[in-house]
Amino acid sequence: MPKQIILAAHFPGVNNTTVWSDPASGSQIDFASFVHLARTAERGLFDFFFLAEGLRLREQRGRIHDLDVVGRPDTLTVLAALAAVTTHLGLAGTLNATFREPYELARQLATLDHLSGGRAAWNVVTTSDSFTGENFRRGGFMDRSLRYERAAEFVRTARELWESWAADALAGDRDSGRYLTAPDPGAFIHHGDQFDIAGHFTVPRSPQLHPVILQAGDSPDGREFAASSADAIFSRHGTLEAGQEFYRDVKSRLARHGREPDDLKIIPGVTVVLGDTDAEAQEKAHHIRRQQVSPQTAILLLEQLWNRDLSGHDPEGPLPATDPDVSADAISRGRAGMYPDPVATARQWRALAEEKGLGIRDLIIEVTGRQSFIGTPRQVAERMNHFVQADAADGFILVPHLTPGGLDEFVDRVVPLLQERGVFRTRYAGTTLREHLGLGAARPVSAVAAPR
Amino acid sequence: MPDTTLHLAAALDGLGWHPAAWRLSRADPTAPLSSRWWAALAGEAERAALDLVTLEDSLDLQSTAPDGPDGHTDQLRGRLDALLVAARIAPLTQHIGLVPTTSVTHTEPFHVSTAVATLDHVSGGRAGWRPRVSARRSEARHFGRRNLPALDPAHLDAPETVRLVGDLFTEAGDAVEVVRRLWDSWQDDAEIRDVATGRFVDRDRLHYIDFAGRWFSVKGPSIVPRPPQGQPVVAALAHSAVPYAFAARHADVVFVTPADAGHAAAVVAEVRAVEETVGRTGPPLRILADLLVLLDETPTLARRRRGRLDDLATTDVGSDAAAFTGTPGQLADLIQEWHRAGVDGFRLRPAVLPDDLTAVTRALVPTLRDRGLFRAGYPDGTLRALLGLSRPANRYAAATA
Repeated sequence: MPKQIILAAHFPGVNNTTVWSDPASGSQIDFASFVHLARTAERGLFDFFFLAEGLRLREQRGRIHDLDVVGRPDTLTVLAALAAVTTHLGLAGTLNATFREPYELARQLATLDHLSGGRAAWNVVTTSDSFTGENFRRGGFMDRSLRYERAAEFVRTARELWESWAADALAGDRDSGRYLTAPDPGAFIHHGDQFDIAGHFTVPRSPQLHPVILQAGDSPDGREFAASSADAIFSRHGTLEAGQEFYRDVKSRLARHGREPDDLKIIPGVTVVLGDTDAEAQEKAHHIRRQQVSPQTAILLLEQLWNRDLSGHDPEGPLPATDPDVSADAISRGRAGMYPDPVATARQWRALAEEKGLGIRDLIIEVTGRQSFIGTPRQVAERMNHFVQADAADGFILVPHLTPGGLDEFVDRVVPLLQERGVFRTRYAGTTLREHLGLGAARPVSAVAAPR
Repeated sequence: MPDTTLHLAAALDGLGWHPAAWRLSRADPTAPLSSRWWAALAGEAERAALDLVTLEDSLDLQSTAPDGPDGHTDQLRGRLDALLVAARIAPLTQHIGLVPTTSVTHTEPFHVSTAVATLDHVSGGRAGWRPRVSARRSEARHFGRRNLPALDPAHLDAPETVRLVGDLFTEAGDAVEVVRRLWDSWQDDAEIRDVATGRFVDRDRLHYIDFAGRWFSVKGPSIVPRPPQGQPVVAALAHSAVPYAFAARHADVVFVTPADAGHAAAVVAEVRAVEETVGRTGPPLRILADLLVLLDETPTLARRRRGRLDDLATTDVGSDAAAFTGTPGQLADLIQEWHRAGVDGFRLRPAVLPDDLTAVTRALVPTLRDRGLFRAGYPDGTLRALLGLSRPANRYAAATA
């Protein structure tokens, strides 16, 4: 049997890839939008639905960013509500471990797992960002080098809490009057560098025992953290070759954590544009990119690399002749630094613009595009399947550009073709997300190597 | 015009409020871990047009001991996060208010604010919130960030205890203030989608809350647009002067625990006086009296069931609220009497679920309706509207207008 493709859907978030100027763009807040996208994903038999998280409104040039979709609901609350209107779909949320404590978050995730019948997943992120920390009691500044230490210990602590209730803790025996089999349910003690806590967890074992752990991030530390602690990893590698290289590297790291290659799924985020002909799809993709990068947005994205106020520049004109300002504080706040060497990147962009004769906006459209499948449904199905069979990925997280209808066409036109090829399910075989992903039962924390 | 409508709420917790409830409940002893259970209870309350249901919670195991677990194996232990339970049942209900409890001592006000605002969005304006102080050392140890001294319930008037309780409630007040400011930090019309200028929001209608207090500082604005009610309903449970003042400053609804009609009148007078003292500017608190209720067709049957429960329990019921054992008709008499004494309504805590809830919805409510004391159904609108509270103006919009 050929490798089976994992499919997930992202709810269009707050960056400029979400098109709001299109007449088909609906509310990003109304619960009906979430219901539509989640039900469409479930109709398409997707493995899970995925929500990002916001903790502070982004700023640029010292002011709240106002060009992209702004404002979104709380991740866990929406996922719990979606559990009521779906039956099989996995419910995954990004939840920042820097501004939460293990007891609280483990409790919420175990609750979500109970309330959804075993469909909860957590995308683990941390931040070192004191800008975001200004919204939190904890503050939040953390040395970058400690971020994965905190994440790894956080996940380990959460697992200890999820396991703290014995499998047979609940007797519920009315005749004898024994509700519990032992007097100390959920007892735990965790002493570590990041957390020193003890007491009793309030949530008995949830259906998956450990909600599925997802991780995004591409640094060596991030890859190692995923290899030790995650069930799935997001990546974004544009080409088949880059994807294969990432795939080989990450899968090869699993053995030293006592894990099998299949224990960690690699699921890049991708965009899809469909047309009746290839030419039509290409034209649609071009139109979408121009909606995503308005003239104003082009300048703002350019400023994020240049780290200077470029508001006087013509968006259709040439790139600035100066180099990026690497000495000043970041002009854009609330968003991770994306360019490790801004001066080198700026020179590459300038060379590219000159070579192709591109103004600022077209250059931004060219360099900020992400991995995407553009073509007829048949072409897209073939290429997606090729990526998976050639071990460049285990599946994909689709990132639609429209709320809430952005997934409709894919589910209607591409999913049947994948099913025809025998590479995607025709019905849900199990009920839990672990079962959808083919992960098997959760491995007890005692079987997981302790962090260094 | 004073609001004379009787308000009715059901307080949901586990398999009921009596420590031996699980022994006599028809439900599976682990039912409170399933969403079906909560959906069924909320649906039952909604069919009787109750104003709201509350969902209990704490950051610790249920216990009869004042400062940590009690080692009991004969009582229900373990529970789910109340806010997520409320969100899970929101799409399955249409009219009833959903009021989860969350701790404000160890949690982040920013997270609480966005979660309750989101509950309001997913429920179409039916969210409430009961902030709760976590005074137990066992809860503090779950977070490992601060040490709280032991709180001895036998010496609540010791100076160090008075100071500790005062601090905890002041901190809780700061938390509610932050949560409320964040709800207002988006004006209702902040989202403009102006294609001509490329702007999705008008940043002049988004506001930093710039809260700086003794325990935390929060910058804002929220990430969640203003909830449908503007301000979801804040409710506080209060038994004495400090929490009365907390409720008068920060809440819309207060749950109180009078012992009888005379005491109810005294409590109402005390709450109204505290409203004066703290200079409350909003509409007067809606005062709901808490009652643990055990109902049956005859007084004898009710007493007998109560007796069986008490015999099965190894600990005293130890209820902070008065316990009523009797018929729905007798309870209706009591409700009428206390209502005349000045309480706006009641939060009934069923002794055993679902039995004592269905007695409320199927016997008490029709009796109250027959007497012209309770609504026949739901008017259109939000939870605030149901409680006779208007949608508040946005404090920042008013300031910039």
